[in-house]
Amino acid sequence: MGRYSAFAVAREALRDHQGWTRAWDNPEPKNRYDVIIIGAGGHGLATAYYLGKNHGIRNVAILEKGWLGGGNTGRNTTIIRSNYLQDPSAAIYEKARSLYEDLSQDLNYNVMFSPRGVMMLAQTEHEVRGYKRTAHANALQGVSTEYIGPARVKQLCPIIETRGPRYPVLGALWQPRGGTARHDAVAWGYARKCSEMGMHVIQKCEVTGVRTEAGKVVGVTTSRSDIDCDKLGIVVAGHSGHVADMAGFRLPIESVALQALVSEPIKPCMDVVVMANTVHGYMSQSDKGEMVIGGGADGYNNYTQRGSFHHIEETVRALVETFPMISRLKMLRQWGGIVDMTGDRSPILSKTPVENVFINCGWGTGGFKAIPGSGWGMAELMATGNSPLTDAFGLDRFREGRFIDESVAAGVAH
Amino acid sequence: MLTLNCPYCGIDCDETELSPGGEAHLKRFGPGSTDEEFEGYLFMRENPRGVHFERWRHAYGCGKWFHAARDTVTLEVFGTYSAQVFEPPKEIKDAITAKRPEWSWREFS
Repeated sequence: MGRYSAFAVAREALRDHQGWTRAWDNPEPKNRYDVIIIGAGGHGLATAYYLGKNHGIRNVAILEKGWLGGGNTGRNTTIIRSNYLQDPSAAIYEKARSLYEDLSQDLNYNVMFSPRGVMMLAQTEHEVRGYKRTAHANALQGVSTEYIGPARVKQLCPIIETRGPRYPVLGALWQPRGGTARHDAVAWGYARKCSEMGMHVIQKCEVTGVRTEAGKVVGVTTSRSDIDCDKLGIVVAGHSGHVADMAGFRLPIESVALQALVSEPIKPCMDVVVMANTVHGYMSQSDKGEMVIGGGADGYNNYTQRGSFHHIEETVRALVETFPMISRLKMLRQWGGIVDMTGDRSPILSKTPVENVFINCGWGTGGFKAIPGSGWGMAELMATGNSPLTDAFGLDRFREGRFIDESVAAGVAH
Repeated sequence: MLTLNCPYCGIDCDETELSPGGEAHLKRFGPGSTDEEFEGYLFMRENPRGVHFERWRHAYGCGKWFHAARDTVTLEVFGTYSAQVFEPPKEIKDAITAKRPEWSWREFS
């Protein structure tokens, strides 16, 4: 597949770009693999990549019913941050954020990580107290964040109206090394490396059943053929409940639609990511100049990947007050993704009641930022049976009442 | 936008007039139940891709709770019915069967 480099670009420029090869293979499924991962989104591909890189397990297939990275990996607002309140969350999200720092070098694929800084606005007294507490927690966890006042907010992002009548900006939680990355490139980069290691990334292959014998997984049936495996990883986000049902267990998950929208491209006007959780909106500017805006989730179960107009209205109405300059922007397109919500708004990375079946789900509205850390922990869990990153995120925490409660800390935009 | 008919007022309501209340027909477990039963009642959900039963409240209208039968993939509404029942009435089940012949009522948790 060849290494991407400045030299390769120069070489290909001199021969009409005839030498570029496919970034990943398109193989036929074999009859048997050591590990099958269901779902070729960011989390599934990252799991496979770290299984190969860290644990030497390379006889792996990643099965995808649609196309690579076509689910939530290609539908999010690409925000990366790790300013969480609870210790287990901070650990896995900070692991992910720190892996993003040199992911482009590691994958030899430009994921365009841009640590431009993430600012979470405090617009009520309640939020001021909450974010100060988070800043203190982050200091203990070794995550670099800082609570800043309104003057600093205005300095970092001049287009914010800090004296809004309803929601004045009282301060913000500032994570200078948070930012954004190119979401598709993350999936493509991992897929290319997986393929290079000899793994099979198989698209348009829907899993239709999970075969078990004596409480242990032996393989899957798919829309293409039956495939045997020793271990199975379910990494399918919004469709986790559906696949878990095939394997014969239930999950504390509900799937809802979360939506986002982008404006027409404009000249650079903000170089940070701003999240305003009180009004359920967050915004950043893409490299193309579009304002990328994330909104709230539907309140009811839904698999439509569409979203609804009244949520857009709510989000935009609130954002216009904080960012008056966007009031005349035309919106270019809008889309929805199906997110898997748990009761405590924290993910599940766990063994399951079926032996050798592992599940990675429940990332809800904030999975993109966690992709490398999630893959790292999930690979360790699948290869060795436990991982310090994932221990606290087991399915048993619901029965034991041991929640990792980020719903209070993060609310909707998370 | 989702439109549901409130069985008490008899009017069609937009979803902005309603509050979603989650999965319907949960069997409640309290003191004396096993950990597994209590966990199932509190956290485990059907989350189906297809026919689903939900509780809704006509929050900006009569304020009453009611039930709705819906498809979570197509957003088709099969019907709404009173909150004072343990399972969907026959006409709702028949309406679903007419459109989804493979569907069957199952024991919920």
